[in-house]
This record gives sequence, structure tokens and C-alpha cells, in this order.
Amino acid sequence: MQYHSPASFEDAVGIAASADGTTRFLAGGTDVLVQLRADVFTPDVLIDVKNIEGVKDIVCEDGGWRIGAAVSGAEMSENAELARQWPGLVEAMDLIGSTQVQGRATLVGNLCNGSPAADSVPAMFAADVSANITGPNGERRVAVSEIPVGPGKTSLEKGEVITALHIPQRGDNAADAYLRFIPRTEMDIAVVGCAVNLRLDGDTISEARVSLGAVAPKVLLVDEAAQAIIGTSLDENALNALAAAASAACNPINDKRGTIKFRTHVAGVLARRAAKIAYDRVRASK
Amino acid sequence: MSMIHVSTTINGDEAEFLCDPRETLLDVLRDKLALTGAKEGCGTGDCGACSVTVDGRLVCSCLVLGAEAQGKSITTVEGIAEGESLHPLQEKFIEYAALQCGICTPGILVATKALLEKNPDPTETEVRYWLAGNLCRCTGYDKIIRAVMDTAADLRKAS
Ligand SMILES: Cc1cc2nc3c(=O)[nH]c(=O)nc-3n(C[C@@H](O)[C@@H](O)[C@H](O)COP(=O)(O)OP(=O)(O)OC[C@H]3O[C@@H](n4cnc5c(N)ncnc54)[C@H](O)[C@@H]3O)c2cc1C
Ligand code: FES
Ligand code: FES
Repeated sequence: MQYHSPASFEDAVGIAASADGTTRFLAGGTDVLVQLRADVFTPDVLIDVKNIEGVKDIVCEDGGWRIGAAVSGAEMSENAELARQWPGLVEAMDLIGSTQVQGRATLVGNLCNGSPAADSVPAMFAADVSANITGPNGERRVAVSEIPVGPGKTSLEKGEVITALHIPQRGDNAADAYLRFIPRTEMDIAVVGCAVNLRLDGDTISEARVSLGAVAPKVLLVDEAAQAIIGTSLDENALNALAAAASAACNPINDKRGTIKFRTHVAGVLARRAAKIAYDRVRASK
Repeated sequence: MSMIHVSTTINGDEAEFLCDPRETLLDVLRDKLALTGAKEGCGTGDCGACSVTVDGRLVCSCLVLGAEAQGKSITTVEGIAEGESLHPLQEKFIEYAALQCGICTPGILVATKALLEKNPDPTETEVRYWLAGNLCRCTGYDKIIRAVMDTAADLRKAS
């Protein structure tokens, strides 16, 4: 394995595009190093992105936020304004691993590792985060929801690297929330995860995005679940319709951590609870 | 296999080493620099026995490459005492008998020192969550938590 630590994304792309064999980028290494150490996967070329300028930025831009590719979970939680505007996204990232893992793990790594159970990914889908990608054929910006394509697989082409994530403008009367089910309180992989992002007009939901993790080969954005609550004030009927739509979208695996029946049911339960939290957050901020 | 030359700072002293690209910071500390305080419990980020700080940030050294230490400032458990005088946390761990086999202790000391620097007045719940990634198979945690709470109280009085 070769280790490179380029000083620019241009150089990183150059190295990745011309690499012989397999390539990985190194952000926090909490997936890459685990896989390396366990002999699950050793790339031929490892490209550390942390010495590139701007990768640690958390800055307001275009009314929203630019989060550099190497910003850790701990750095996100320490940014009080980011946590105030996007509590769901920050709490989802904060659920990942231990204090030590928080010191290293990044949103971009969580996304590109391609796990359907990755905690920050449903929150990013719900928040409509997009990624700036640079590669041998130039730059592009895509919705984060277009990046995972299956377990361990992304839509990034050879040589492409994510330079930063963009969180949209928060705007008024809006909030998000993320919940996951795990059999204990810390250090476990989501059996189901659910993120809800809402905007209210008075007491009525005017915009909604609902995303589910760990219930399909990739994280899902569930439009039917969002439609079930838009135009409502999240009354019992709306919550029931939301839960039914969330459960209907599930296509989970059956394993020792959760049966198909259990995951499908819990998806509905978490959708209700996350929607209520997001709704209450908007009302509390008024 | 070409070796990487790394210059770094460890416990305030400059250090240099050559490492294989796959070698972790934990391997380097233990095998090249004879700093065997950090332990390998799992090698996968789950146990925290290898905890160190890198530029003040608590991490698992088993999940950091040696090559990543270039230009960084690293603190290990060996850097906690000042000469012969133990750090207040170390004193309290002895007083409370907050260790049995001691494998987890270096990681827990590094982790709790980082906690008290960030939050001098943590609740018991905050201490327990902060240490969720530091496993101890001997003590049942209670003595550890009490030692940390008592150290925090003492340090607050002293400051
Ligand atoms: C003890 C432990 C507990 C954990 N618990 C959880 C948990 O509860 N929930 C959860 O979701 N995850 C958990 N994880 C996994 C989580 O830490 C990772 O998914 C993490 O978010 C990945 O980020 P990273 O920066 O460490 O990525 P890395 O390991 O550095 O990289 C991961 C992947 O992303 C790619 N990549 C990195 N940067 C870029 C870039 N700029 N452009 C393109 N591709 C890139 C790499 O090539 C690699 O494939 C845990 C891990 C450990 C070790
Ligand atoms: S050895 Fe590093 S966390 Fe267990
Ligand atoms: S004292 Fe033995 S593992 Fe903690």
C-alpha cells in the first residue's frame, strides 16, 4: 500500500485517477483503518485528504453551510450555531461511535463507506445536503441522496473525490430530528434509523423530507411518508399515515440484530417519534 | 516496501521515526518508540485501551496511521505525570482502587484527562457517556467513575 498526503484536491485527483489498482481516500479512517487492520480490504493506494486547505472548514455560505471533507463529528457538535440550525443532522453524526471515534469520523466518510445503516446519511438525505465533487472530468455538485447506490458502493467515478458538503439555507420555522434503534445505549449499529426534516406554516407542515436507514440495501428517501404529513398539523391520522408509509417503504434484511417484521414495524415507530420531535423543535423555536 | 519518514512531537518532545504505510500510530508508539502505555485491546476502535490525543483531540491510536502523525502533537499516558509527581487523576485512581488488571487504565486516564480539560464539572452521566468507548472488564466501572468525579471536584476547588 502506498500512502499519499497531497496538498490540493487537484493533486489528490491526479493520484487517484492514475493509480494502479484499488484506491481509498483517508478522512478519519474509522472505516478504512478497521477494514485494513481486519484484512477485509487493503487499498493499493491510500490518499489522505486531511492536509488539503479548507477541509476542516465549517462556514456559512450561500445562506447555508459548507462543511469541509475532513470535519469530524466532534467539530460539528462543538459548533453551537450549526447544532442550533440542524439539530437532527448534528445528533445523527454525534451518535456515531465513542468520543474517540467522534474525534475522527466524518460525514463524507460515513456517506462514502456506503453502509445502509450509516447514521448521518438519513439525516443528510432529509436535510437535502449536496456534495461538491471534483474529478478527472471537472467538478460537479450532486444531491447526497444520489451518492450511495448499494452496500459499500457509491456513484463516484474513478478519481472522483468529495471536496465539501453543502447544507442548504435553514430558513424560518424549520427543524430536523434523527432517531435510531439499537439494543443498547451506545456503540452499536442502527437496526433502524429515521430522519425527519420539516417546515411549518403556522401549525401546518408545508415541507417535509423523511429518510430511513438500515431497512433496505441503501438509505431511502421516502416521498410517500413526507406526503402523508404535508398539509397536516401532525395529528393522530397524519402520524398513522406517516408510520404506514414508512413501514411500507422497508425492504430490510433478516438477521440476528432485527427480523424483517421488527425492522418494518420500528421504522414506523421511529418515523412518528422523529416527526414529533422535529415538529416540537419548530414550535419551541418560535 | 518504502518506509515513510515522520517528524512529530510526543509528550512535548520532538520525535522521528520510519514506518511502513500500514503501521498504526499505536504500533509505532509501542514498537518503535518504546512507549508501551497505550495498549492494544481490539485494534478496531471498540475498546479505547489505545487512547491518545492528537493535537488535543482524543482518538484511538489503533485507528490512526503512523504516517498521519507528521507535524502533529501527540500525548500518551506517559505524558500525564509531571516528572515524579502523578497527575491528580492517577492519584485518585490509586486511592479508589479504580483498576485491577490495569489494561484499560492508560486509555481511561488519557480519556478522562481530555474530558476534564473540556468540561471541568461533568455530571456522572456525562462521564459515563464520554467513556462509552473505554471498556473495562475488571472493575465494573463504578470506582472509575467515582475517582473521576472526585478528581473533578478537587481540581475545581484548587482552581
Ligand atoms: C468503534 C466504532 C463505532 C462506530 N459506530 C458507528 C455508528 O454507531 N454509526 C455509524 O453510522 N457508523 C459507525 N462507525 C463507522 C463510522 O465511524 C464511519 O462510517 C465514519 O463515519 C467514516 O468516516 P471517516 O472519516 O472515518 O472515513 P474513512 O474511514 O476515512 O473513509 C471511509 C470511506 O469514505 C471514502 N472517503 C473518505 N473521504 C472521501 C472523500 N473526500 N471523497 C470520496 N470518498 C471519500 C473512503 O475512500 C472510504 O471508502 C463506527 C466505527 C467504529 C470504529
Ligand atoms: S485497541 Fe484501539 S480501540 Fe481497542
Ligand atoms: S482494570 Fe482490567 S480491564 Fe479495566
